[in-house]
Amino acid sequence: MPVVSGKREMTLIAADHICVRYGGAEVLHDVSIAVHPGEIVTIVGPNGSGKSTLLRALLGIVPVAQGGVKRVPGLRIGYVPQRLALDRSLPMTVRRFLSLPVRVSDALAVQALARVGVLGVEGAQMASLSGGQLQRVLLARALLSDPQLLVLDEPTQGLDQPGEAGFYQLIEDVRAASGAAVLMVSHDLHVVMAASDRVICLNGHVCCEGTPHVVSSAPEYRALFGLGTQGALALYQHVHDHDHAGAPHDHHHHYHTDEHPHA
Amino acid sequence: MLDDFLTRAALAGVGLSLATGPLGSFVVWRRMAYFGDATAHAAILGVAMALATDLPVGFGIMVVSLAMAVTVATLAAKGWAMDTTLGVLAHSALAFGLVAVSFVPGVRTDLSAWLFGDILAVSRGDLAFVWGGALVVLALLAWRWQALLTATLNEDLAHASGLNPDRERLVLTVALAIVVAVAIKVVGALLIAAMLIVPAAAARSLSRTPEAMAVLAIAIGAVSALGGLQLSLWQDTPAGPSIIVVAALIFAASTAIGKRITG
Repeated sequence: MPVVSGKREMTLIAADHICVRYGGAEVLHDVSIAVHPGEIVTIVGPNGSGKSTLLRALLGIVPVAQGGVKRVPGLRIGYVPQRLALDRSLPMTVRRFLSLPVRVSDALAVQALARVGVLGVEGAQMASLSGGQLQRVLLARALLSDPQLLVLDEPTQGLDQPGEAGFYQLIEDVRAASGAAVLMVSHDLHVVMAASDRVICLNGHVCCEGTPHVVSSAPEYRALFGLGTQGALALYQHVHDHDHAGAPHDHHHHYHTDEHPHA
Repeated sequence: MLDDFLTRAALAGVGLSLATGPLGSFVVWRRMAYFGDATAHAAILGVAMALATDLPVGFGIMVVSLAMAVTVATLAAKGWAMDTTLGVLAHSALAFGLVAVSFVPGVRTDLSAWLFGDILAVSRGDLAFVWGGALVVLALLAWRWQALLTATLNEDLAHASGLNPDRERLVLTVALAIVVAVAIKVVGALLIAAMLIVPAAAARSLSRTPEAMAVLAIAIGAVSALGGLQLSLWQDTPAGPSIIVVAALIFAASTAIGKRITG
């Protein structure tokens, strides 16, 4: 029961049956995803499932071996990397960082910092920021390009639980205020599920996708993440690799958009 | 005014600093110290080849240095263990160069000029070459400044902004080859890397932004050149090493002061 047809909305960025290989190993196999204006899409999956690779393929950082990536012409992307390894040898104030790679006015810089709730750190060195402040500054910089699509790679890594919840709330606020679509990668599930319009469960291929409600009850998702208290363990030990070999396009059956709020 | 050999020497030192300040900052930020060493050491091989073929020495140095820099950059991109690879390349380049020079009649005697520089013997032509090369490097870095900084900070961030980190790396590689060709007359092949790193490292502890560090590195390089010449005149010490001695003293002082300022 593919529900995809009939809803012809604009696609900002799409992966079309892409395969990505590192050396001989195939990290992504026949992955197709699409992000539409204004929606929050989260990619979940166990460690090594190719989540970051998928983002990097979409951004053009890693080449795709097969398939292709399509973007709306002139798509403005704001990118928040997984982690910014700040070398002590490079002096960099927050204010200066916000002007990379495009110089912005002081007024715009202050406005962006206010938007993410870290007003007043302009003069601080990037290396002296706390984890939470750094993530917010990275987000502020991404917002300065007035993006149509925000791409975040595990943005709450290293944050405590309240910091994490606060950051996802901020993402939702940003989406509500700017209308930008959000594509993010995460492996922490509960908060993410609540904050997303659509969840894509990845494990080298798309296992299932749909609204958080639909995905969390999908057998493929449960196979990956388990249920309840066992979930955390299952996250790192994905033993049960369910077999898609017989029906390579099986996962399309799990595409649900019926509850999509932005359709 | 240019008739005085001391004036020419001073101008050569100051001119060289214009290029080594900002380029040296990138060498420090990107941890390319050994990379600079390998490129500089290859210059001796360039000298030998130019003398053997009656080509201009500056040209020979630039060709061989560029070849070395490109080789190193290519190996790095292929994921070679850089510490060992650079160690092997840097020392082999020097050894091959010294052996090759021994076959060229007449050079043996003034080999130390190539190794340690001969700033007091800088001619008007040399001066024009030094300033011309330094200004080309300065213009190149100024042109690519924002992109270079972004790529230095985080390659993925640069990619997502539509920049190509490989191209920026090539810009630095070419700039390095030009600086080596220009600097060999002033401080010699063995001390070019020092002229790049020491003033930039001295500027680090007193700077809050990349631009401040680059400008300060120029100033420290120029002061070191002038101070080194003074020292050389006053105590009859070799000029090239004297310049680096002054730079190293400034580094020690600035590190102490920087600690007191920033805690």
